[in-house]
Amino acid sequence: MPAAESYPDDLKYHAEHDWARIESDEATLGITWFAQDGLGELVHFEPPAVGAAVAKDEPYGEVESVKAVSDLVSPLSGEVLEVNEKTVDEPETVNADPYGEGWLIHIRMSDPSEADSLMDAAAYREHVAEQ
Amino acid sequence: MVRVAGVVATLKRTPIYARHVELGARMVPFAGWEMPVQYEGVISEHRAVRTDCGAFDVSHMGELHVDGPTAPAFLQEMLSNDVDRIGDGEAQYTLLTNEQGGIVDDLILYRFAPGQYLLVVNASNRAAVYDWLKEREPRGCEVRHTSDDYGLVAVQGPRSLERLGLPDEPAFTHAMGEFDGIEVMIGRTGYTGEKGVELCCAVEDAADLWDAVLARGAAPCGLGARDTLRLEVCFPLHGSDITPETDAISAGLGWACALAKEFTGVDTLRRIREEGPARRLVAFVMEEKAIPRQGMSIEGGGEVTSGTHSPMLDRGIGMGYVPAGQAASKSELVIDVRGKPRRGRVVEKPIYRKET
Repeated sequence: MPAAESYPDDLKYHAEHDWARIESDEATLGITWFAQDGLGELVHFEPPAVGAAVAKDEPYGEVESVKAVSDLVSPLSGEVLEVNEKTVDEPETVNADPYGEGWLIHIRMSDPSEADSLMDAAAYREHVAEQ
Repeated sequence: MVRVAGVVATLKRTPIYARHVELGARMVPFAGWEMPVQYEGVISEHRAVRTDCGAFDVSHMGELHVDGPTAPAFLQEMLSNDVDRIGDGEAQYTLLTNEQGGIVDDLILYRFAPGQYLLVVNASNRAAVYDWLKEREPRGCEVRHTSDDYGLVAVQGPRSLERLGLPDEPAFTHAMGEFDGIEVMIGRTGYTGEKGVELCCAVEDAADLWDAVLARGAAPCGLGARDTLRLEVCFPLHGSDITPETDAISAGLGWACALAKEFTGVDTLRRIREEGPARRLVAFVMEEKAIPRQGMSIEGGGEVTSGTHSPMLDRGIGMGYVPAGQAASKSELVIDVRGKPRRGRVVEKPIYRKET
């Protein structure tokens, strides 16, 4: 079952439809409801390697639906601590629960001040409304 | 509307367009048409057709009537398959070929009576096919472009006949009939690899026909599922797997070419058959997690012409041209997936076969 549209208030958002849940100097990353809805049912998640560096505004992996391929754009810079193996094995988890079980990677931030440049939920909802 | 190189091009809409919008379909441009790519989701629509019954609006496809005493001889000369092999009420998959043996279009030929034929052609080629035939039309034969007069709904799946209340008839036959009060031509044809029918009606009845089919429990299905379904059973897509630059023998469509008769480009096709094609259109299944896509290169000089995620196999599948030496079943292929080498293996067609 696809999830209902939502943009939780406790997350930070990037204009390319990626979210970050920040906890001290670590962050969990994923794609927003809007992103998964646009792609359709996901069938492939190409993750980065654990230990790889990710850079803000740069691609760190890919997700694919039957029809489309999309780069995953990192909202923050850092080092990959963990990849969600559940979304690698069952990419449709992202459609069902984009902010919970459908998270993609967990990173240690190299520059926590980058979070200040991200949107809050209210700003992101406006951004989506303009798409 | 879409903007194409500075000019505003208006997309055409089928007579069922409003129904797709009401059903919440995602509409996309396709071959100059605004078509539904999916309703609920490609995978659930695909599964509906493999396990039960799905309906597709294919009214964008083209219809041409070719009538007259010289029509059989004319079509025999224009089309690759043997026109004389079908009688009244029968149909045939065939190719319109050019002088180089390339494929102008692949189509279904229906015969109503001696000298009375209907050609159902690809949406993207309907003008090209009409022009091709009209330019060559002989005395005693008339080619008419009637695409805008008809609606066409494909109803496909193992339960399609049961749901529509239609008797089982052999594939590639057709008959006039009535369905829930609507006059239809019922063709035992389709492009999904499943049992089913294609219902052709007057354009003004098309939306009612769609409603009647859905009321019988067919799931509305979009072009997304149509593509994954046809690729699983290795039916070629014109414009991708077969084109005016590719020949039928290399594409594995020799079975649809009557090489003993004379038709456009037959000498080239006979030569390719004789010498063996330099490259072949093969089907393959990915052995690593990756989805092949059209245009990706295959190590050794090949290229992917169609690729997707197979809902039935739950892995990447595709078709592509490879040098003849790599074309044998079980040959390993390495596909360049955006810079990453990913392994696949050539398989016998079709890729998906129903368990019996």
